[in-house]
Amino acid sequence: MVRLVANMLQRSSGPAETQTGNVVLQRVTKQFADHLAVDDLSLEIVAGEFLSLLGPSGCGKTTTLRMLGGFETPTSGTIYFGGQDVTDLPPHKRDVNTVFQSYALFPHLSVADNIAFGLRRKGQSKTEARAKVTDMLDLVDLAGLADRRPAALSGGQQQRVALARALVNQPTLLLLDEPMSALDAKLRKHMQIELKRIQQEVGITFLYVTHDQEEAMTMSDRIVVMQQGRIEDLGTPRSIYEHPGTAFVATFLGASNLMAVTALQHSGDLATISLGGGQHVSVDASALPPGVLAGDLSVGVRPEKISISAEGAAISPASNVLTGQVRVATFTGVGNQYLVATDAGGEFTVYAQNLGDAAAPRTGERVQLTWPIAHTFVVRSPKLSEESEATL
Amino acid sequence: MALDLNAPPPPRRQRKVRWLRVYSWLLIGYLTVPIAAMVIYSFNQVEGGIPQVSFTWNGFTTKWYQQWSEIPGLTDSFWLSIRLALAATAIATVLGTLLALALVRYSPRQFKGKGLIDQTLFMNIAAPEIVMGASLLGLFASLHFARGFVTLLLSHAVFSIAYVTVTVRARLTGFDGRLEEAAGDLGAKPLTTFWLVTLPLITPGVMAGALMAFALSLDDFVASNFVSGSQLPFPVWVYGATRIGIPPQVFVFGTFIFLFGLGCAVLSVVLARRQPTHGRVSTGL
Repeated sequence: MVRLVANMLQRSSGPAETQTGNVVLQRVTKQFADHLAVDDLSLEIVAGEFLSLLGPSGCGKTTTLRMLGGFETPTSGTIYFGGQDVTDLPPHKRDVNTVFQSYALFPHLSVADNIAFGLRRKGQSKTEARAKVTDMLDLVDLAGLADRRPAALSGGQQQRVALARALVNQPTLLLLDEPMSALDAKLRKHMQIELKRIQQEVGITFLYVTHDQEEAMTMSDRIVVMQQGRIEDLGTPRSIYEHPGTAFVATFLGASNLMAVTALQHSGDLATISLGGGQHVSVDASALPPGVLAGDLSVGVRPEKISISAEGAAISPASNVLTGQVRVATFTGVGNQYLVATDAGGEFTVYAQNLGDAAAPRTGERVQLTWPIAHTFVVRSPKLSEESEATL
Repeated sequence: MALDLNAPPPPRRQRKVRWLRVYSWLLIGYLTVPIAAMVIYSFNQVEGGIPQVSFTWNGFTTKWYQQWSEIPGLTDSFWLSIRLALAATAIATVLGTLLALALVRYSPRQFKGKGLIDQTLFMNIAAPEIVMGASLLGLFASLHFARGFVTLLLSHAVFSIAYVTVTVRARLTGFDGRLEEAAGDLGAKPLTTFWLVTLPLITPGVMAGALMAFALSLDDFVASNFVSGSQLPFPVWVYGATRIGIPPQVFVFGTFIFLFGLGCAVLSVVLARRQPTHGRVSTGL
């Protein structure tokens, strides 16, 4: 993928190169008895960044985390921490700490003893450890709960103890394995912001594993989208949302309207794409994946990028237009959601913000859908993208 | 007819479980009568001749408690049983706990003899003790191994290990392996993890196993009778004494043992109550 390469170039020319704390996975594969969990994965985690591994369950993201933590050994490949090969080091010899999905707090120890556990193992005295524990409890907003047992805390508090217990050791890399999956939605939102704040405050590299795309977008500097043990896409939340690299990313990360391309014609900086039903859309030529036949491509646009209006209304320049008929119109409070049968065949989902317009299109009406050419992206068609080589 | 939704609800009759109560009390009686009889008759007067227990009430006395150690053979056998039970418990608890850890921790692929050991444990529990006792006697005799404390200890440890393993394994099955991973993650070496995380968390299971081993050893008669030689543990001595009459002190020791057991049970309840799942505990770091 062009953009993956671009990302790597951007990174190697940026300030990151001077950092020595980068974590590198080089062609790492993990084969379990019955399935291939991670398939020839290469990735560089830049010191100080908040990186998310995002993907559906079984995509290999947790196995990747467990290999970084030292709980699993790769079948092949090498893992480097700041240039040092740590592939075969056991967890207790790695400068990494983990926030487990189930928190794994020691139930027989108080909150303070839980947090001090790592410091004590490094040979720090009780007094030294106690001072740091107090600071850490302040950071995660749990002052005063030092003597409680984990069972006497709420889920959110337990999660913060788990975070404090890991952070207090100031690891090179902090691994977080879906730490919010047990929290309710409201608390989760709050903790996302809190976690981002803490990460910026302590400046430690965070590797966050999640299947929740919104969570990944809210917190991450960069997101790695994984599927079937491989990297599907990698970039900042904005770049992979606006220009998804594959059809999988386009539909897994938010929603997308995708349509098969029947023909492609270059005309300067733009390329004209023919769809079914004699309809055409334009796209920036630079957005086309190189060396792919038109028949293997799909063109897409995000539902919120589309304006819906009565057929024949004025069209702003540099826009794509498709006409169609409203199948379903639903009111969701913050907006209207439409399912439109386009004249190109296929259905489009459209989100329109509720701006108080009384003249919202109704079911059965003819409409035109317009969106800026710049918001049009092209990916390989879904069934082929699985075979495509998305490796770095 | 319109229902008045605001009408107060009619009182509902609770279903009575009268028979359960009767059954419970009958069962409690059935289980405690033998012990109660022993405790009561340990305070019984004995008339004439060599004192021996009788179930004819002759009046209250604390004489047997004052003279609890007057029968040398009985006292010796009691202390022998205690020493034996402590030693056998120590051996069986350590070996049984380690075996349970290995059985839970390793898959059959990592642990080749796992299935065989499982079967052996089951066999050990299921085999009639008389068979084991006779077999041990034959074994020791053919090896010209003198019967005494060591043969008793070996036999008691052998039949206790399986019980400890089964008890500890039950506790370990619910054990969250992530806790050990977390300890390693925080820099604890495997052995440190065992002492600081694994062992404290399985201690209730280990203690239960140890108590079981202690009780099994203390009241073992069948195997002990075969391998005791000249060293007579308490149950073997009491059985021998039935031929000439049981001295009342046997009931005194019996009461001591019962009270000790009762004390353990009460202590475990108190400790379980104090174990705070909620609230504060004071800890130094």
